[in-house]
Amino acid sequence: MVPAIELKGITKRFPGVLANDNVNLTVEEGEIHAVCGENGAGKSTLMKILYGMQPADEGTMNLFGEPHTFNSPNEAIDAGIGMVHQHFMLANQLTVLENVILGAEPTKQGGLIDFDTASKHLEEVGKAYGLTVDPFDLVESLEVGERQRVEIIKVLFRGAKILIFDEPTAVLVPQEVEELFRNMRELKANGATIIFIDHKLEEVLEIADTITVLRQGKTVATVKPADVSATDLAELMVGSELPTPQITDAKISDTIGITLDNVTVLDEDERPIVDAVSLEIRQGEILGIAGVEGNGQRELVGAILGTQKISDGSIFLMGDDISNKSVRSRRENGLGYIPQDRQEEGLLLTAPLWENAALGHQTAKPFSGGWNQWFIDREGSRSQTERIRREFDVRTPNVDVSAHALSGGNQQKLIVGREMVSEPSVLVASHPTRGIDVGAQASVWEQIRQARSNGLATLLISADLDELIGLSDVIVVMFRGRIVAQLNPSEITPRSLGAYMTGATSEENPA
Amino acid sequence: MNEASMIGLLTAAVSFGALLYLAALGELISEKAGNLNLGVEGMMAMGAVTGFMVALETENAWLALIVAMIVGALFALIHGLFTVVLGAEQVVSGLSLTILGIGMAAFVGKDAVGRPPGAVLAPVDWGALSDIPWVGPILFRQSPIVYFAVLLGVATSFVLTRTSTGLALRGAGESASTVDAAGHSVVKLRLGAVATGGAFAGASGAYLTLSLTPQWTEGVTAGRGWIAVALVIFGAWRPGRCAIGALLFGGLLALKTRLQTFGVDLSPILLSMIPYVLTIGVLIVISIRARNRPSSAPAALGQAYRREER
Repeated sequence: MVPAIELKGITKRFPGVLANDNVNLTVEEGEIHAVCGENGAGKSTLMKILYGMQPADEGTMNLFGEPHTFNSPNEAIDAGIGMVHQHFMLANQLTVLENVILGAEPTKQGGLIDFDTASKHLEEVGKAYGLTVDPFDLVESLEVGERQRVEIIKVLFRGAKILIFDEPTAVLVPQEVEELFRNMRELKANGATIIFIDHKLEEVLEIADTITVLRQGKTVATVKPADVSATDLAELMVGSELPTPQITDAKISDTIGITLDNVTVLDEDERPIVDAVSLEIRQGEILGIAGVEGNGQRELVGAILGTQKISDGSIFLMGDDISNKSVRSRRENGLGYIPQDRQEEGLLLTAPLWENAALGHQTAKPFSGGWNQWFIDREGSRSQTERIRREFDVRTPNVDVSAHALSGGNQQKLIVGREMVSEPSVLVASHPTRGIDVGAQASVWEQIRQARSNGLATLLISADLDELIGLSDVIVVMFRGRIVAQLNPSEITPRSLGAYMTGATSEENPA
Repeated sequence: MNEASMIGLLTAAVSFGALLYLAALGELISEKAGNLNLGVEGMMAMGAVTGFMVALETENAWLALIVAMIVGALFALIHGLFTVVLGAEQVVSGLSLTILGIGMAAFVGKDAVGRPPGAVLAPVDWGALSDIPWVGPILFRQSPIVYFAVLLGVATSFVLTRTSTGLALRGAGESASTVDAAGHSVVKLRLGAVATGGAFAGASGAYLTLSLTPQWTEGVTAGRGWIAVALVIFGAWRPGRCAIGALLFGGLLALKTRLQTFGVDLSPILLSMIPYVLTIGVLIVISIRARNRPSSAPAALGQAYRREER
């Protein structure tokens, strides 16, 4: 049988990066083919090339035996390829129907959209694959899982026979993942060919018929799920054994590092987005917060840091009431912070590393000259940054390069180092390993473990459930701004945690 | 206030309203596609001088209007080149366009200052309709451009909501990458919207010098382009609501020249400030009211789109 897709010798260079290096990929018709690899292994670039969003520098592409080159997604769509993007390609203020037909509008004479035909076709597609969404809802009002369904319908609406799913499970909770997999199997049963990008190994092994592994822009292997274990795959992906988040035995003291008492934060509509949250984290303890994004975690972090006004309740840092203190005074009194978006909140990308290392600690030694905090001590800052670079393995030619020259992992190590060397007593770590490679991830985990044994009280927020379960001493679940469950990490699995996160189970009804 | 002066005021409100509406409608189209063009004032000035000069040369007011629209569109494409193609900051480019337009119009129109117009667009006589008391003079003795503006308003609304180009255009203003992935060209859509906006602003300018105040003086646009920009926000990016706003602000512009005849004893300098002060006031009120609600502004407004950004 002629393969549905045959990519040969694909090479793509970006300034300073070889994103795809002579990549080969063969996908048979009617199969679910997983492409996996670490962040930066070149999966997304390869898919963008296949979908015509970026041209390849070298290599050939055959679809059903016919050679093709795409200069735009339009040409790929015409050839029957559809992409379900990881970051949804949806316009929030348009309706589902408008989003679906965008780019494939059935028109009457004079460019008028034939809305009747469109909604009929939408209904047919939805029925055929068991995907239901109200076509007249604004996308703005949909849940994440529903938005993904709109993305899939969009692709099918255009008559795609080959579907590319770019990390579709990254934004979903386990229950939604099952729903997605059901949809994918249904698509396959209806004759669709699916390419599925992922780096979650259990998922790949569950859904894929064939697996191709990329590492550093190269194809490493193509295997069948029956022939490999998750460990084998992991080793193929990283080239060595995969590190795991794991804490060693507990040494939790009785001193409380940070206390949140009935903390409430209101949103613009005066509704509680953080609703009477009470927490205590002792020194040497890591408290993990699980929850689907948007359930108040970000605002809770803001409340602790002081960027978000609390309308009720109080916060104590090492026994002192800091509820009305400024961000600066909280930081000076021992609050360390690893922000969830390192480029947005953590770094000044165009500033040199030594200036970045001073951020948040600019009023304290050695970054400013002691008696006179108005002046930056350049020498002190540089040598402190050198120390961070050494101790935290920040790979950079020197400390004068600007922050954007560093890879994501090294940027994160700089931030973690910056917070750690200031010896805080409480650490707030928000998604500390999001989007960084396995090596940097292992190093960040190690630093958090180290912080714990040094007696820090740590608040950890993460969407990576394995990380949460592995690192935390206690896990609480946030749902709609409330703490709905407190769990012992040694007794739960990502799956059961997922049930709490969707609000499916509550404390009165444990899983 | 007597009946005649009231009718006069309302008539002028409609006339000025159409002036603002044309420019605002153009800006609305541009912003719906995600491009904020603050060059309206400059494009209006270019349209005004072009219209007047062409009318002087050819004595054909309709030709003058068409040329003014083309010049407005080409002038807007300067902004389009910088912001859409080259990805420059839209606010900076738009402001430059305003300064350039005002200066260039003054330069081009140097010799036309004080000259009588070559041709004007005379008010349309609708026969019996024009003789209806109140309604006749207010609505049916206006310049043809007023009816043109109404027509464009309906057409814009229709194109935006009912056609595939309109849908793609709105999409480009909401999420450019989505539209790109859907196979529409963001560059073409945005350039088209910017050029259309320029053409509308050019028409608005030409209306000024061919009909409303048929002469050329430097600075004849007098900040009305800025009111048009404010109108788009006031109208929540909807053609219909913009029309209501245009009549309201048009009324304010008309009021300023008439307050004295109504016996208000104020310095004319203060009087001419009124529409602009009220513009600021209205925007403050709207901003305060909108603060607690999701904005109806296009989500990608003001953002350049670059495809290969990683």
